[in-house]
Amino acid sequence: MKEKIIEILTDLRPEFDFTQEGINFIEEGMLDSFDLVALVADLEQHFGVTIDGVDVVPENFETIEAMEQLINRSKKK
Amino acid sequence: MDFRFQNKRISGILTILPQQVITFEEEMANYNFSPIKCQKLKMAMGYKEHRIAQKGQTSSDFCIHGLQYLFDKGLLKPEEIDALLFVSQSPDYFLPPTSNIIQGHFELKHDMICLDINQGCAGFEVGLIQAFMLLDQPAINKVVLLNADVLSPKVSDQDRNSKPLIGDAAAITIVEKSETPNTIFANIQMDGTGAMALNIPAGGFRMPCTAETAELKEDAAGNFRALDNLVMKGDEVFNFVQREVPPMIEHLMEEAQISKDDVDYYMFHQPNKFMLHKLADKLEIPYEKMPANIVENFGNASGVTVPTNISYNLGDQIVNGVKKVCVAGFGVGLTWSSIYMELGNLKFNKIIDF
Repeated sequence: MKEKIIEILTDLRPEFDFTQEGINFIEEGMLDSFDLVALVADLEQHFGVTIDGVDVVPENFETIEAMEQLINRSKKK
Repeated sequence: MDFRFQNKRISGILTILPQQVITFEEEMANYNFSPIKCQKLKMAMGYKEHRIAQKGQTSSDFCIHGLQYLFDKGLLKPEEIDALLFVSQSPDYFLPPTSNIIQGHFELKHDMICLDINQGCAGFEVGLIQAFMLLDQPAINKVVLLNADVLSPKVSDQDRNSKPLIGDAAAITIVEKSETPNTIFANIQMDGTGAMALNIPAGGFRMPCTAETAELKEDAAGNFRALDNLVMKGDEVFNFVQREVPPMIEHLMEEAQISKDDVDYYMFHQPNKFMLHKLADKLEIPYEKMPANIVENFGNASGVTVPTNISYNLGDQIVNGVKKVCVAGFGVGLTWSSIYMELGNLKFNKIIDF
């Protein structure tokens, strides 16, 4: 899952390195609110989940781990 | 707050759209998006094209054009109008009320009431609730609800939040007493603590327009706006809508004692396609029952999106038949409101250009 998320992120924002550890993508300005919209659509398509609208908040997109948790949580719904 | 109204109906809807079509491609260079991001946002948000008024056209111009059309076609008689409601955030003047200007333009009778209501995204629902209340008066048999907004001049060309989605438009909805007994269910909620989530900082009495308020400045997200321009805090609005609208609709269904599946259409305000689809997902409503194609074809014209949605997507279905419809609006104020009613046997339901 991690590799696929990195691939999606890199496809969206090729100018950034999303493999770096310990980076907060939101705080570092690597993802903005428009990226979140595009990301949600891509993550839903690739992982076959529906992400709840209330979960489309920056905290859930700060790190790869946060996105993994979001996807897993969305699978269970 | 819940409402119930007896024996009222919508008897006609006319949407008036500007002729000028502007495409996302024409404006893309202003937003500094990468090509791949543009493609993704086009799909997800519904960035395609929008209708923008010509310079100098105001909300009342669109209303007057539409009313003249209805008079000329014999679809509405001037002497029948007992109340004229103008719901807008873009009045011609601070004073007088724009509804009075329109009344004066047509030299309508003096024995009537004209009201301006400052409302945006929930303006169709607020206007309908007001119209239904007025119709409880014995002297009032027909209300003309005018939803109109020409806000594009207030949006910065370099505002990526608002510019790709803004639209100008007007809609005329005829609301009258129904001879067939019925009940209309409605609710509304307001939260003024979020009032500045959508605002235009300068231009009122608090901060008059000056040379300084016209200066463009960059915000943290890379948008260039002046204090004279519309500000939409997109994240706050999105989160508020996702949090508040689903329970509002569930509550409306309970009040009306109808299941969500039995409603034919959910005609919601359309800030963007993504927001609508997220609401449909949460409410488990099929996308085909909640059309999300207004913003991509015409733009978001605040309170006019719901009647535009009805005119564009339902058309003759509610002229020649009856549908169970839930309408909802949410946004500036913050305000969120929904109405469940049967819509049918309308005299007209169409779109014209101006």
